[in-house]
Parts: sequence; C-alpha cells; structure tokens
Amino acid sequence: MRRFIGVDEIEDMALGATVLGAGGGGDPYVGKLMAIEAIRKYGDVELITPDEVPDDAVVVVSQMMGAPTIMVEKICSGLEPMATYDEMVKELGVEPYAIYAVEAGGVNSTIPFILGATRRIPVVDCDLMGRAFPELQMTTLGINGVKGQPAVLADEKGNTVTVRAIDDRWLERIARQATSVMGGYTILASYMCTGRQLKDFAIPGTPTLCEKIGRTLREAREMHADPIAAVLEVTRGHRLFKGKVVDVERNTDGMFVRGRAVVAGLDDDKGRELVIEFQNENIIARADGRALCTSPDLIMSLDMESGTPVTTEGLKYGARIVVVGMPCDDQWRTPEGLAVVGPRAFGYDLDYVPVEELAATEGGR
Amino acid sequence: MAEEKRTWRLGIDVGGTNTDAVIIDGDLNLVASTKSPTTEDVMGGIKAAMHEVVSQIGLEAAANIGFAMLGTTHCTNAIVERRRLNKVAALRIGAPATTAISCMADWPEELKSAMRVRDFLVHGGHEFDGREINALIEDEIREVARVVREEGFESVAVTSVFSPVSDAHERRAVEVLRAELGEEFPISVSSEIGSLGFLERENASILNAALVDVARTTADSFEEALAAEGIVDVAVYLGQNDGTLMSVDYAKRYPIFTIACGPTNSIRGASFLTQEKDAIVVDIGGTTTDVGVLSHGFPRESMVAVEIGDVRTNFRMPDLVSVGLGGGSIVRRAEDGSVTVGPDSVGFRVTRDALVFGGDVVTATDIVAARGLAPEVGDASLVSSLDADLVERGYAEIVRIIEDAVDAMKTSAGDVKVVLVGGGSILAPEALEGASAVLRPPHFGVANAIGSAIAQVSGQIAKVFSLSETPRAQAIEESKRRACDEAIAAGADPATVEVIEVEDIPMAYLGDALCIRVKAVGDLML
Repeated sequence: MRRFIGVDEIEDMALGATVLGAGGGGDPYVGKLMAIEAIRKYGDVELITPDEVPDDAVVVVSQMMGAPTIMVEKICSGLEPMATYDEMVKELGVEPYAIYAVEAGGVNSTIPFILGATRRIPVVDCDLMGRAFPELQMTTLGINGVKGQPAVLADEKGNTVTVRAIDDRWLERIARQATSVMGGYTILASYMCTGRQLKDFAIPGTPTLCEKIGRTLREAREMHADPIAAVLEVTRGHRLFKGKVVDVERNTDGMFVRGRAVVAGLDDDKGRELVIEFQNENIIARADGRALCTSPDLIMSLDMESGTPVTTEGLKYGARIVVVGMPCDDQWRTPEGLAVVGPRAFGYDLDYVPVEELAATEGGR
Repeated sequence: MAEEKRTWRLGIDVGGTNTDAVIIDGDLNLVASTKSPTTEDVMGGIKAAMHEVVSQIGLEAAANIGFAMLGTTHCTNAIVERRRLNKVAALRIGAPATTAISCMADWPEELKSAMRVRDFLVHGGHEFDGREINALIEDEIREVARVVREEGFESVAVTSVFSPVSDAHERRAVEVLRAELGEEFPISVSSEIGSLGFLERENASILNAALVDVARTTADSFEEALAAEGIVDVAVYLGQNDGTLMSVDYAKRYPIFTIACGPTNSIRGASFLTQEKDAIVVDIGGTTTDVGVLSHGFPRESMVAVEIGDVRTNFRMPDLVSVGLGGGSIVRRAEDGSVTVGPDSVGFRVTRDALVFGGDVVTATDIVAARGLAPEVGDASLVSSLDADLVERGYAEIVRIIEDAVDAMKTSAGDVKVVLVGGGSILAPEALEGASAVLRPPHFGVANAIGSAIAQVSGQIAKVFSLSETPRAQAIEESKRRACDEAIAAGADPATVEVIEVEDIPMAYLGDALCIRVKAVGDLML
C-alpha cells in the first residue's frame, strides 16, 4: 500500500524526532512549519521503503547544516533544497530516484519533505543515524566506507557550493567554513548512494518510528495515559532515572555546546543523583558513579508530566524529568561504529556497554 | 486642605476575579483601598473600584491626587475576544530569505481572519553578523505605503531579519513609510518589541500593531472615568509587564507591553510592602496562584517563547508560573481516597458559595478555615463538621501545590525568601519547604494595586553586537545611554534615571556576537 506524509504526519514526526534527537537536533518548530507549508502548497509526499528503491538507482540526502539558532531568525527561502538538488543532478548526471534524511532530529527529520513535496519526489523511510549526532561523517554509510560527498550547499540568496573533498572529515571542515560565510546555516544535498547501499547500510524505518513516537505521545496525552511508558514501549527504551534538575553547566566551544546537568532523584530514585554529560547531544548518563547509558545508545530527558522531550538547551533548574535510555541501531555497536560515536570518540575513557545490559544489572542492584 | 503639590496617587489593578484600587499619599502611606468584582467590560469594574476609594477619602482629599495608574487586561481581552483590533499591514523585510514560511502561518485560523492582516514582503534584512542579506529597495516600501493608504490599513508592523543585530533596515523603512503616510501613522517596529526568533517577533509586532486603538480608547475612557469622579488634570499612566509605568503616548505605541502587567504589579507591590529586593512572590487570588521572582527589585523576565491567545511571541514577559489554586478552588475526594484542590474554582463567588460563608461548595478557603487558620473569614462553625481526613489531605495538597510552584521558579537549590500577597494568601502556611522565610506584609490583599500606584518608569534595550565591530565596553555604554533615553521618553524624570541591570549573553553559534540587555529606571516626572 502506498503511503503519503501529510501535515498531521509531519506534526507527529517532528515531535518524535525530537525524542530521537537525544538532546540535540535543534528546535523542530521552524523545520516543521517549512515542511507543512510546502505540503499545503504542493501536496503530500510519498514515503517508500528502502526495498522499493532499485539496487542501481541513486538516492541523496537533503539536510540542514550549521546553527539551528540562526535558522530560527533567518528562515529559508524554501528554494535551497531545490537548488542543491539541481546542482547535484548536474554533478551526478542522473536524476535521483528518491531522497532521504540524514538523521532523526528536530530540524533534519522534516527538511527532506520540502524537496519531496515541491518536486514530487518520494522520501525513503530510513536515515543514517537513527538519532541525531553532531557531525556530518557520523553516519552508518560513513562507517561502511561510503562517502558523504560530493555535497552541494545552498543558501537563501541563491549561492551554491559543490564540495569534493579527499575524505569526509575534510568535507565537514570545508562545508562548515562555507556555511559560516553563507550566513550561518546551509541546506545540503549529500550522501549520494545506490539503492543497494541504502538497503545494506541505512537504518530503515526511522521516519516512521519518529511519527509513531510523536503520535504515541500525542495520543497518550489526549487519553491521559502515561506518555513516558508509551514512548518506552515504542522505542524499546528503559526508564533510567526520575528526578529534578538541580544544576546545569554549559560551555560553548566553536560548534559544540558541552556541559552537564545534575538531576536529584525523586520517588524511587530519591536520595540518588544522576549526571548527564552532553556535547550538543546527551553522551553519558551516570548515577552514583556508574554509567546507566552511553552513546551511541540514546539518552533523552522527557518532561515528567507531559512526556515532552527536553533538549539540552531546554534543561534548566527545577525541570522535573524522566531520563530514558533507548538502544541505538546495531550498526553503531560494531567496533567500526563505536570508533566514531562510542564514549571514547567523545573523549570519555569508558567502554561501551549496551543500555539493556546496564539496565539489567541496575535492576538487580 | 489640599497640598500645594498634588502628590497622591490612585492605583488600579484589574485581575481575573477582582479589580483592586488604592490611594496612596505623598509619603507613600495607604489611605484608601478596595476590592470590587471585575466586570465583563472591565471598565465597569474600574469605575466601581475608583468610585469606592474616592468616596473613602472624600472629594476634598481627592484633590490631592496628581497621578493615576491603571494596570489592565484590555489588550489581552481584545486578543482573546478578537474584538476592536486594527487592520494591520505586516511588512516583512527579508527577501530572498523567509519565504519558506508565510506570515501568520501558525496562527489559529479564526484569529487570523478576525485580524484583517495583509502581509507584504520586500527585499532586505541582515545576516547574524550584520552583513546585508540584500539591500533595502525603497521603492518597494513606497509601494507598500501606497497600498496601505489606498486600502485603508490602520497600522503597520515592520519586521526585518536579524533586526536585533542590525535595525538599520527597519529604521529606514519607518522613515520611508512616515514620509508617505505622515508622522502620526502608527508603526510597530519589531526590534523595539521582540528579540531573536523571527516568527515570534513578527507575531508580537503584528499583535502590537493591532492593539493601537485598544490602548488609545482604554486610556481615553480611564481619563473620562477619572473626570467623572472629579479628578482632572492628573498624569495618567498605564502599567506595563516589567513592573513599571508608561505614559499614555508611549502606551499607544507599545500596547502589547501592557499584557500580563497584573502579576508584575503584585511583585512590585510585594517588594514595596516588605522592602525586599530579591525574593519569590506568591500571589494567590480567587482562582489562580501566580508565582514570580523579584530580582533587584523588579520582576524577572522569561527567556522563552510565550503564547498570547495561541500565538507564539517573544516580547519580554515576566517569568511566571501559574497554577490553579485560589481561595475559591474546589476541593474533591477522588475514588482512591486522595484529595484534589482545583484547578476549577467558584472565583469571586467564594463569599457566597464556600461553606464558611454559608454556601455548599467545599473550597480551599474552607480547608484553612476548618484548620482554624482563618479566624476572620466567615463563620468557622459552618466548617466544624468537615471530615478531618479531608481537611488534612486537602491542606497537604494546598501546601504541595504552593511549594512545587515556588521550587519551579528557583534557579538554584538554596533557600529563598517568599513573600505572600493576594486575597487568597491566607491559604499558605507560615513556613514552606525551600523558603528561608515566609513574609505576609500588611495590605497583602491589595499589593497589586499598590504596585501599580508606586511604580516607576523604565526604559529597556536588548541588542546584539558584533564584538569585532564594537568593543564590549563601548557596546555596553551605548546600550546604557539608549536605555536611559527610553526611560525618559516613557515619562521618567531625567534627574532620577539610573541603570539597574546590565546583562550580557554570549550567543551560542553566533561567533563573536554578544547580546546586551540594559534596563534603566527613574521616578515619575513630578
């Protein structure tokens, strides 16, 4: 059965993507409104599964790069995704079969639907992170040797930049610099790959999962059910800690916002203390000196009452939250994956242990 | 015998349940006060309260009144009821940016149609670092002015991309519009209203533009009501939501700043009555409790987007948490035996419906009366038969709601002083968890009207500077000067204006950009 994404689905998807954003990924508001406006104007967007993409067909990512805080002020022209797409077609010499999202995060989960609606191109139900990560090369294609480039950047003024770099780290560096000159954020076309590669390496079903999480949260609220229990069921997640934020430290160095939040336990966790360390996204959650969950598994704070996801920017004293841990995609749990996004990749001298194993020992405590 | 200088002040504050009025003499002593039910048309309640306090002191003494201050909900009501709103031309300066989201895209459909707004897009706007996205094209703005004139728009809202960083295009656009439409034409300029966050600032500017007539008629009918009481030739001010006053002329330009002035009046009144400069203020009314923070003598501001009538905005608003607890909150026992208090309330009918007043509804007031904590309220014998367990659990619930709300407003874990005001503050106990002291000043019931009466005049500026272009010290000096100028423009005595707050906030991701917020305050020009 063919499936289409309309305004209601975008609303749910943006909310759910914020949960999978693991504390980062930006505020979904502007990205959501842009996708909704394109869909209202041009119609719903077909969502296809990776299996529906022919092995030899080409697909590309449509994403945003740079500062979400700038996009909140300087809103897109709405033409950038098409400009990157047209340049990409010139570069590749073929029309992509479909487009897809790089990550599940407040902004990037909805960006592909602008292009999808405007050009009537299907969006593939997959992404390359299954969550949000801070850097361009932290993808499941990346750890399998597929390059993120060529990449095309566009700004709202009509400028485009095509980057062919020697590797994805250089792509990241060059694209960041260009993005700064072009006004703080750009829209990109990147991660061109074949249908075969998509089937082998992408994480299937992430947009659908985002939508499902968002819908679950919304419905649980409407029916006055426990929204957090509902989210945990959908994400196979674990309730790590319940408490009140009592301290937040933040430092900005370049593109990262690093910091930690201290959460004092309530109810069953009364008397205990949880520390969340974040670098844009939440990286490690520790209680009483023991890790409860670490990257690449997802750590997310949810409002205790409403289940609304609380990003690292929104953490402040007094917030009453439930911290949940959700298993990442298995590809991240390989040595290749952990080398890029494991605790050590973010500077912590800590071995990765899957959240479900940590939760099992925690439960037997 | 009237004094030579008319230094008395009449302060009025319109709340959801009651309209309060006070008169304060030249030495800031309370000489009259009253509470009167808020009426649906608002002005009726204002007139009744005003008449009552003037009667209390007599006409002769009323001749001492030289100032009249009104904190009112007219603007909020106009938005909520979608009435009397001006026909607005919304001018967006940003092309080629911003076209992905149209003007008012996220507004409730029926408010949008009630607003009669037409949007215009022209080239211009700035990058985060102050570079131009596009040059301003003045002929495009003249064309907008032509349509405004020919189609009878009553007010213009101008919003340019990154105007908190550079307001050059907004200022130039205003000059061009004024040349075409006349000096008096109402123009709302976004950089004077909101902060970073384009859609929210544009929304706030459009709402402001739509409220111009509401502010005008409110001020006019307040002056008429004063005249009807024989109070003429007084300086009239409207309360704004940072706890200070603005002159009528200023209020006509920035009507949106009157929204939520009530809670800030309470906070300022609490400060005046206790002489505290830093505390958490708990204002318990008939239906809701507003908890705000007194910081350096003024209400702390919110840093996040605030919804007004279901529209996201980002103009400065007091940082408040409102919970559904008041003197009239209805108390119920749930099936599992637990007891709930509110959020529904009998409101101002508490003096008729509550048990302690001979009614048949169990309210929060009855719970405290049954505990013997409110000896002056009603007839205690009427609550003596209340189930003891219901009373204990209900009281614990009341205390929990207040303590949670106080905690939610703290920024760190240390204990703070708590000041209780409002007619419902008899609900709160003598001690609260997380409070180093609980103060309940005299006249706590009319602290909001007192806050309105004693208010000063402020000016405020929030601007983003690029440190590579403007050194920090120079940026702060410039901001201080502009904040003082704003205060004087709003009606402050230049000799008394002082800077009370300087805050600089580095902007994440924005390189060397620094947002500087300065607030200056002065006494009323006597």
